[in-house]
Amino acid sequence: MATVVTNQTVEKENYLNAGYGLKSWLLTSDHKRIAILYLISITVFFAIGGFFAMLIRLELLTPAGDLVQSDTYNKLFTMHGVVMVFFFLIPSIPATLGNFLVPLMVGAKDLAFPKINLLSWYLYVIGGITALVAMFVGGVDTGWTFYTPFSTTYSNTNVIPVAIGVFIAGFSSIFTGLNIIVTVHRMRAPGMTWGRLPLFIWSHYAASLIMVLGTPVIAITLVLAALERAFNIGIFNPQLGGDPVLFQHLFWFYSHPAVYIMILPSMAVISEIITCFSRKRVFGYEFVALSSIGIAVLGFLVWAHHMFVAGISVYAALVFSLLSYLVAIPSAVKVFNWTATMFKGSISFQTPMLYAFGFIGLFTIGGLTGLFLANLGVDVHVHDTYFVIAHFHYIMVGGALMGYLGGLHFWWPKMTGRMYPEAWAKLSALLVFVGFNLTFFPQFVLGYMGMPRRYHAYPPEFQVLNVLSTAGASVLAVGYLFPFFYLLWSLKYGAIAPNNPWNAVGLEWMTSSPPPTHNFEATPVVTWEAYDYENQPQEEVPVVR
Amino acid sequence: MGQQRETATFGMWIFLITEIMFFGGMFAAYLIYRLSYYQAWVDGSQRMDITLGAINTAVLIFSSLTMAMAVHSAQTGKRNLIIIFLILTLVLGTTFLGIKAVEYHDHWKNHEVPGQYFSGLDAEGHDKGWHDVAHTSLYFALYFAMTGMHATHMIIGAGLLIWLIIATYKGKFTENYFSPVENVGLYWHFVDIVWIYLFPLLYLISKKHSG
Repeated sequence: MATVVTNQTVEKENYLNAGYGLKSWLLTSDHKRIAILYLISITVFFAIGGFFAMLIRLELLTPAGDLVQSDTYNKLFTMHGVVMVFFFLIPSIPATLGNFLVPLMVGAKDLAFPKINLLSWYLYVIGGITALVAMFVGGVDTGWTFYTPFSTTYSNTNVIPVAIGVFIAGFSSIFTGLNIIVTVHRMRAPGMTWGRLPLFIWSHYAASLIMVLGTPVIAITLVLAALERAFNIGIFNPQLGGDPVLFQHLFWFYSHPAVYIMILPSMAVISEIITCFSRKRVFGYEFVALSSIGIAVLGFLVWAHHMFVAGISVYAALVFSLLSYLVAIPSAVKVFNWTATMFKGSISFQTPMLYAFGFIGLFTIGGLTGLFLANLGVDVHVHDTYFVIAHFHYIMVGGALMGYLGGLHFWWPKMTGRMYPEAWAKLSALLVFVGFNLTFFPQFVLGYMGMPRRYHAYPPEFQVLNVLSTAGASVLAVGYLFPFFYLLWSLKYGAIAPNNPWNAVGLEWMTSSPPPTHNFEATPVVTWEAYDYENQPQEEVPVVR
Repeated sequence: MGQQRETATFGMWIFLITEIMFFGGMFAAYLIYRLSYYQAWVDGSQRMDITLGAINTAVLIFSSLTMAMAVHSAQTGKRNLIIIFLILTLVLGTTFLGIKAVEYHDHWKNHEVPGQYFSGLDAEGHDKGWHDVAHTSLYFALYFAMTGMHATHMIIGAGLLIWLIIATYKGKFTENYFSPVENVGLYWHFVDIVWIYLFPLLYLISKKHSG
């Protein structure tokens, strides 16, 4: 039975046409508009981070350090890391999809603190610009990890301005997390009990807990590092009685949970996509929900697995190794539950589902290689090699970024009222998957063979794999460029989207595409369980061109 | 309205939890170094003026009382009383900062600011009797970082108080709407509690005190 695409006229009042002009956007308190503001700025930072990556991969085409000088190369990988971690990955899903969808999914008109939401965007932009300016007037070469004493004493680059930029952006993260937590606690619609919340909310809640508890620690770490650098107070300097490893403890106490800030929202998206494109409720809802919380809690207990060779005691390393094995368990629980969700489901292969499939495969590989690294003996061998780089890119790019793209496509009709072109989107997803694997799988081999990270030159025997990696990066870049163009294209020329193009279950699909400013015509009253696909109409998921 | 009030307060509590984590980093550094270099911590602590520290503690506790009175006045809609108590709180907070400035100046004179001029000799050139100058510098680094961060939060609090005083004067608060007063009160109490931890940790490390 063909579905009728109800043609929404563009004149219908929605959050996009509820006011024109720059001020109506820059002074908005509408969470949906703020999400779009974030979407634009995050895309800009992704492009900048990608630009640095491109230069890195070009340099690594040849064994000799011939494209850039070693000092410049140090700046390139530092700035790639700083931009991608702090200005892309951490905010990406929570600030775009989270901001847009959390109020809709709980049945509220907006987040708990709309003005703080807008403030968080401005803080993000100001922090980002501060860091960027520092990067373009000389750069920073310490690595995104800012290890002391190089960052505090010996580096001649703009460490403090970049630290200030990250500090400011950290407040953006804290305010976003705070908003999400309070909203979920206090603004659920009647009937929306905790047990009926979409798993998207559970994962974002868990990520917000980390944002709120972890980010302040890196804030103070950066303050102390800046004080050390500016005034030589000695807290990380052995000559003055301090300990450089203390910096590493403080830094990783946030930066490890930070990676769970990056992955949990992506897992949130995957939960929503898989259930919809399997036409089946998520298997083990409670387990998936509690696994999110479990990841957040355990994630705070494993930071020193980044420091196994930094001189910490073997006994401490043993404990952290064991805990790092444990933290993999809730993630595995999720993967099993998603797979079980698909079992005997009615699966269709729209673009969001393609990204979800990619996620499951690549996140699993990335996660398993994390266990390799949690093993003390193996880590001694592969620490600071390309094995580590491959591991975290599998999770961050193969995992988090694919979730972001999948979510962007899944909710694009809701956010913009337009359908993206499915054929181009499928092609892009394929290019991303192929390009990604070609880029990063060789890096596992390189790392295992001993190629160290953060070096702009390498022994000639590593060249073939590096060339493969750079070739893959080019394909990956094309895969990322296509969506940029066709999503923009769709804003003007895409098919008009109905309220629920995917026939999905969820409050956000029960309002118009795009939603009105106040989200719902009347406060919804929830009487059904989450993912109630048995009681959804039995139509096939419509393929909308 | 009640729901909005509770939501705003909930938000402020979560923000205060982030502040705990923020100061927590420095408390962790303090703890780790104190465990390793206890004698340096004792030596450094002996250089603190307990009298001034105790006065400051009393000043802050009293300022929390006046802040609580301001909140109570807001809850009962007494505009003039709100302003009086907010001003009192502001005065007490400024007193705290003034005394802190005096203390900082004394430390500076006595070569107790980490850096180039840090030394075991005081302003008149007498030996302070330190056992481990390098790690005593670490104590003072944390002293200035922690009390400095605390003072920064007090200055922000003072700014918030000024904003509240002006808003109250303009008639913004009634017995039905006074969340900002309540929540700034929470913030002020938190800054007070941080000092309650800082005072014994920095000033009262060892009973032997010569000052």
